[in-house]
Formats: sequence, C-alpha cells, structure tokens
Amino acid sequence: MGFLAATGRAFLIFLEATGRLALFTGSALSHCVRPPLYPRQILRQMIDIGYYSLPVVGLTALFTGMVLALQSYSGFSRFQAEGAIATVVVLSITRELGPVLAGLMVAGRIGAAMAAEIGTMRVTEQIDALSTLSTNPHKYLVAPRLIAGLTMVPLLVIVADIIGVFGGFLVGVYRLDFNAASYINRTWEFLQPVDVISGLVKAAIFGFLIALMGCYHGYHSKGGAQGVGAATTNAVVSASIMILVWNYLITGLFFSTK
Amino acid sequence: MTVPKIALKNVTKHFGPKKVLNGIDLEVAKGESLVVIGGSGTGKSVMLKSILGLLTPDSGSIQVDGVETTRLRSREREKLLHKFGMLFQGAALFDSLKVWENVAFGLIQGSHMPRSQAKEIAVAKLGAVGLGPDVAELSPAELSGGMQKRVGLARAIADEPEIIFFDEPTTGLDPIMADVINELIVQCVKDLGATAVTITHDMASARKIADRIAMIYQGRIIWTGHARDIDNSGNAYVDQFVHGRADGPIKMQIKAL
Repeated sequence: MGFLAATGRAFLIFLEATGRLALFTGSALSHCVRPPLYPRQILRQMIDIGYYSLPVVGLTALFTGMVLALQSYSGFSRFQAEGAIATVVVLSITRELGPVLAGLMVAGRIGAAMAAEIGTMRVTEQIDALSTLSTNPHKYLVAPRLIAGLTMVPLLVIVADIIGVFGGFLVGVYRLDFNAASYINRTWEFLQPVDVISGLVKAAIFGFLIALMGCYHGYHSKGGAQGVGAATTNAVVSASIMILVWNYLITGLFFSTK
Repeated sequence: MTVPKIALKNVTKHFGPKKVLNGIDLEVAKGESLVVIGGSGTGKSVMLKSILGLLTPDSGSIQVDGVETTRLRSREREKLLHKFGMLFQGAALFDSLKVWENVAFGLIQGSHMPRSQAKEIAVAKLGAVGLGPDVAELSPAELSGGMQKRVGLARAIADEPEIIFFDEPTTGLDPIMADVINELIVQCVKDLGATAVTITHDMASARKIADRIAMIYQGRIIWTGHARDIDNSGNAYVDQFVHGRADGPIKMQIKAL
C-alpha cells in the first residue's frame, strides 16, 4: 500500500505542476497580445537576449562548424566522400546544431538570469509591490520576456548559421586545402529553404520555452536565497530538456518522410 | 451608521495543514489609523495581503467601501488597487529602476502619466519624506535601509491613495530612524486624509501612529480599542504583549533540550 500511495502522490504532484504551468502559460500568452504592452521592458529584454548573447552564441557556432568539418573529413575520407563535407556542415548547422546549441547556450545565459531576477523579486516582495501599484506582474515581467525570447533567438540562430558555416569554410579551405569557390558552391548546392526555415521555427519555440521556464520557476520560487538558487537550476535544466524533446518533435513534423 | 472603509468578516486562510487566519473580524473606519499588533507568525501579513488580493482567502468576506472584493476579476482588481498604497517591510523597491522611477512607478504604469510630469511629482514626494532631488537619480541599492524605507513611503503615497498599508514600517531601523519614519507616516496620512492600517510588533511605533489598536493572536482579532486604552485593556494577552513578557497566556513554543 505504501508503494501505491507514494506513486499516487507523485502523480498528483506531477498533475498539479502541469496544470499550474498550463495556467501560467495561458495567462502569460494572453498578456502578450492584450494591451497595454510595455515597449521599454520588451526592448530591454530584446537587447539582453539578442545583443548580449551574440559573443557566446557566435563562439559556439564557430567552433561547432570547425569541428564538424574536421570530423567529417576524417570520417568521410575513409570512403572517399570528402566532397560532401560542405553539404554536411551546412545541413547540420542550419537544421540541428545552430538552433539546439544556440538554444542551450541561451538557456544557460538567459533562462538562469530570468529565474534569478524574477525569483529575487518574488522573495523580496517586489512582485507584490507591482500588484499594489496596479501593474499586472504577468504583463510587466513575463510577457516582455516571452516576446523577446520568441523573436530574438531566431535572429541569433541566423547569425549562428552564418558563423557556423563560415567556421566549416575556414577549416575546409585553410586546413583541409579545399578550393574556396567550390566549397562555397557545395554549400549552396543542396541547401533548401526548408532546412533554414525549420531551424528558425525551432529557434522561436526554444526561445519561448527558455523565457517561459525562466519566468515560471522564478515566479514560483519561495524561501529566500536557497529557493532562488533552486529556481535558477530548475529553469536551466527544464529548458534544456524541453529544447531537446521539442527538437525531436519539430524535426519529426518537418522531415518525417513516412 | 456609515459604511466602514474596510470590513473583514470571518476571513479564513490556511496554508497546507496550518490555519493562519482563523475567522478574522475587523472594521476600519474612513480616515482612521488602525494598528494591528501581534507576534510573528500570527497572520498579520497574510491579513494585509488578503485585503489587497495578493492572497485569496478560503472563506469569509472582505469589503472595501462596501463592495465585496474577494471574487474580483483581475482588471477590476487593478482598478481597486488604485485606492491602495503599501509600504513593504523590506521596502521592496525595484532594483532595476532608479529611485525616482520607483516613486513614479504607479503614476507612469498605473495612471499613464507622462514621464516628465511623473518625475516632478516623484521629486516632490521624495522631498516630503526628507530626501533631496540628488537621491532621485540613484539606484535603490545605493541607499541605506532607512532611506529605502523612506523611498518606499514616497512610492506608497505618490498616487495619493485613499488607503495606505504599512507592513512593519520600523523593523530593522535604529530607534531614531524608526521615530523619523513614524512621524512621516503620521504626517503623510494626515496630509492625504487617508485611511491607514499598520501591522507591527513595535509598541513605540503603535502608540505613535494609532488611533485604534487591534491585537491579533492565532489568526483571530482578540482585542480592539482606542490607542489610549492599550495600557489598561483588561486583556491578559494584550498586557503580556505590550509589556513584552515571556510569561503569560501566550506561550512561545520552545523546544525542550
């Protein structure tokens, strides 16, 4: 009986958390489209997510593109398929690694910061103070972050795509002695719009999930410094897992041939 | 009989197995300053937050100006909260904003006033709590605890609310700064003609601010009376609290070693 009770309790807690997250998401989404919006807050978040994440996302993309070229060369040369390297790099980057790695980096950088900031506002009663000043915290704190995440991460991924492909190009031309023109040709040859578009759709959803997890865990944090720490951890871990799960689901939607 | 500004009837609230509010009955008349005293964890803060709608009570009725508020939708709630100002225990200033933006927050976001006009009012309100215009451009983190409390007070009164709540306004301040805050509270409430509810366990503060005092114990109001009657309340609980004695009907739960 003890086992059944424990299972049931865990299941109920899971259902409660799911319901709470669903309500939170619904409320936050409705505030994204109902005026008044807070342009100042949206702009601040956009700069934070879009501009200040550029270095870390750029570096990640650069080295990922470089290592892709290097690895595929050492693998493909075993069966004389070196000519496919440019195609492999561009497809991997635009479809998968650009959005996923950028998403994970932004989750670590932005999701954590959001959870910590909102969590601290919660435990120091700043969120209550917002309400007493006739300002809806969902509208003022959550909606701008969701909007910024949804719009900025795709832009970051465009940059990551370009830098990643450039990284592959650098290794291909300067280390593996490909002809620059033919490498670029190869890059374009088999690239289809859907490769890039699916990556950007992923990026938008990842950006939304990162902001949602950051806000949700921060908003519901309790109990001082420890609670804020836990909220930060939960925000990053849950965002990362959701990114990987949704990555699979979206890939299935776009590219399932069956 | 006139309608009380705030009226609570049999309000209850529990968190998990713990009953925090156990049937609160309380009325606050328009323009009076009520101080609610009581020990830590007796439900004082929960009561204030229930009136503001930050927490939803399990049962009971809370009326503001004769209008039931426990079942308000969020938009109506926002409108209602225009009547309120609150000074939080830790001041709860927004640390991402400058001091003047904090004070002007309710004017800009709540009442949609242009920023330049709101700034003028904010600087004037800062002046009213004894802070110069140079403070306006600082960030809250650069201020001392007493100054933060004063900025919090300026923010609470900036939109000229009809009702002001003070959550332990003197906690964590030195006695002199505490008295400065007390005087500012009395002054601000009088200037605005506002109704004030203060929760505190600082008796010096209670004596200074209160027209009327209510004592809360185990989630119930166990005594109310005029501030001048506090020393001969005839209530053993109140006596013990006022004189700060460890022995009496209120037993602190201290674990035996």
